[in-house]
Amino acid sequence: MEKEKLLAHETLFADIIRAFKENKTALFGLIVVVILVVLAIFAPYVTPYDPYEIDLNNRFSKPSLNHWFGTDMFGRDLFTRVIYGARISLAIGLIPSLIAVSIGAILGVVSGYIGGRLGYWVMRMADVVMAFPSLLLAIVVMYTLGATLFNLFIALSVVGWAGAARVVRSQALSIREKEFIEAAKAIGVKDIKIMARHVFPNCLPSLMVLFTMNIPDAILSEASLSFLGVGAQPPTPSWGLLVSNGKEFLFSAPWVAILPGLAIFITVLAFNFIGDGLRDAIDPYLKG
Amino acid sequence: MWKYILNRLLISIPILLCVTFLVFVLLNVVPGDPVALMMKEKVSADVVARVRAQMHLDDPWIIRYFRFLWGLLHGDLGTSYKLQRSVTDLILQAFPRTMVLAFSAALVSWIVGIPAGILSAIRQYSVTDYFFMGFSLAGVSMPVFWSALLFQYVFALKLGWLPVAGFYGWRYVIMPAIVLGWSSAGLIARLTRSSLLDVMRNDYIRTARSKGARELAVITGHALKNALLPVVTIMAIQVASLLSGAVITESVFGIPGVGRVAVDAIKSRDMPLLQGSVLFATILVILGNLVADILYSLLDPRIRLEK
Repeated sequence: MEKEKLLAHETLFADIIRAFKENKTALFGLIVVVILVVLAIFAPYVTPYDPYEIDLNNRFSKPSLNHWFGTDMFGRDLFTRVIYGARISLAIGLIPSLIAVSIGAILGVVSGYIGGRLGYWVMRMADVVMAFPSLLLAIVVMYTLGATLFNLFIALSVVGWAGAARVVRSQALSIREKEFIEAAKAIGVKDIKIMARHVFPNCLPSLMVLFTMNIPDAILSEASLSFLGVGAQPPTPSWGLLVSNGKEFLFSAPWVAILPGLAIFITVLAFNFIGDGLRDAIDPYLKG
Repeated sequence: MWKYILNRLLISIPILLCVTFLVFVLLNVVPGDPVALMMKEKVSADVVARVRAQMHLDDPWIIRYFRFLWGLLHGDLGTSYKLQRSVTDLILQAFPRTMVLAFSAALVSWIVGIPAGILSAIRQYSVTDYFFMGFSLAGVSMPVFWSALLFQYVFALKLGWLPVAGFYGWRYVIMPAIVLGWSSAGLIARLTRSSLLDVMRNDYIRTARSKGARELAVITGHALKNALLPVVTIMAIQVASLLSGAVITESVFGIPGVGRVAVDAIKSRDMPLLQGSVLFATILVILGNLVADILYSLLDPRIRLEK
């Protein structure tokens, strides 16, 4: 009887995956993201055009069968540029979020489990970072380091870690008090091993939510920074930059600004669907 | 109560100091030479030397930091490198416009967000709920600069109902306020919904229902009071972040507010102006958080008793 019950329960992650699968909007978001990833990876096979190839005879072509999203002020195929831009946006969404959440996880687990002075100072550092309006902090970092893609990774990681650290710390604080931690301590397991083997895995569900929730923020921040001119630089086909370039021609050729913006909107929406679905799937465990 | 407020005020001081330190280090110390950062094109060594002397950049950075802090305490944020005017004056001149934009955007987000959240919670999992939550998620997911361009295209260029950009009267505020308000209306609506749903599960709501109160009376008389507590406190933080985060909206709609000052400062690589506007915005956010904390403790005695 007891064994059957255990088998039926399976693992926490299997439960989470099942709950996620039942959420239609989350699944829809996942499908959109998978399509986007495939398009980005196989961009050279998806479109016959080069994202940087200038064709001045073909400026501002309207969307057509040959040019699905039309062409821009240099006659470059906009669909191609949006597809190649997806590489940047996805990288920007994933890499800084991974860095930020990893830093936040390490600092959060350490400050929550060990606590004391170290924990206090880590949290005060997080307070300072969180006091900044995130876009302005990213602007300052980009101004200082220079507008390159690599620096964008740094700027967005600097902005994102604090929120993750705060959430993970509060989790680590409550896990620290559990019996299995006491048991591990009693049999002489070292603190570092307890943190890695016991505290960290128990924070994983909320880390997953934090990671997915961070992705749309990072994509929007990159787009905003590039739009303002402190992010990716021309001729990089960053989505924010594409919208920014197109805004000058909003009246005569609205597609140049509107279609890349639509790509940002759909991508961010899809990630938000996934984030919401994951949070709803994991929430019972977070509460319990 | 006063002890709690005083405590919160005291906590803000070190954070403020750290923020000034971080901004100063980022903009003055890290790259080594702010003058090189300011000059886009190469200039002769004596020009650089003259500017460095003018800005006292040859002093040790710790002395420069304390000089900057001393100036800050006196409301002096330095002189704009490009405009040759006091940074404080430039920011104070721009601030009222940002305030008009931020408060009208906040108003839009409350008027739209709170009823949307309430309706969604009352009719959970209905078409209404999905509609409003979809609308909220769209607001949160749309890049502000893109929705701004869409609004400009439809309402200014195509329909001609509203002016495209500028800041010469109330008609110029409508579009930016809706664009900026929509993105935060999403947050308010989602928060109102989850908070109301949470409250509706409480025993006192069941009691109110079982004594025969009508659903509307239960919601307005009992549930809303408690459900709106977190919403009210978020509002204070929201106004502060709107004041500081109107950077993009101001830039697209050509509103000469604090955000625009910051963007112009980046474009002209005017470090003192950028430093001033970033600090000003950050201080606003810290004050907003402070007001939110105090407001929460005033509205909910449990918070201040816990401390």
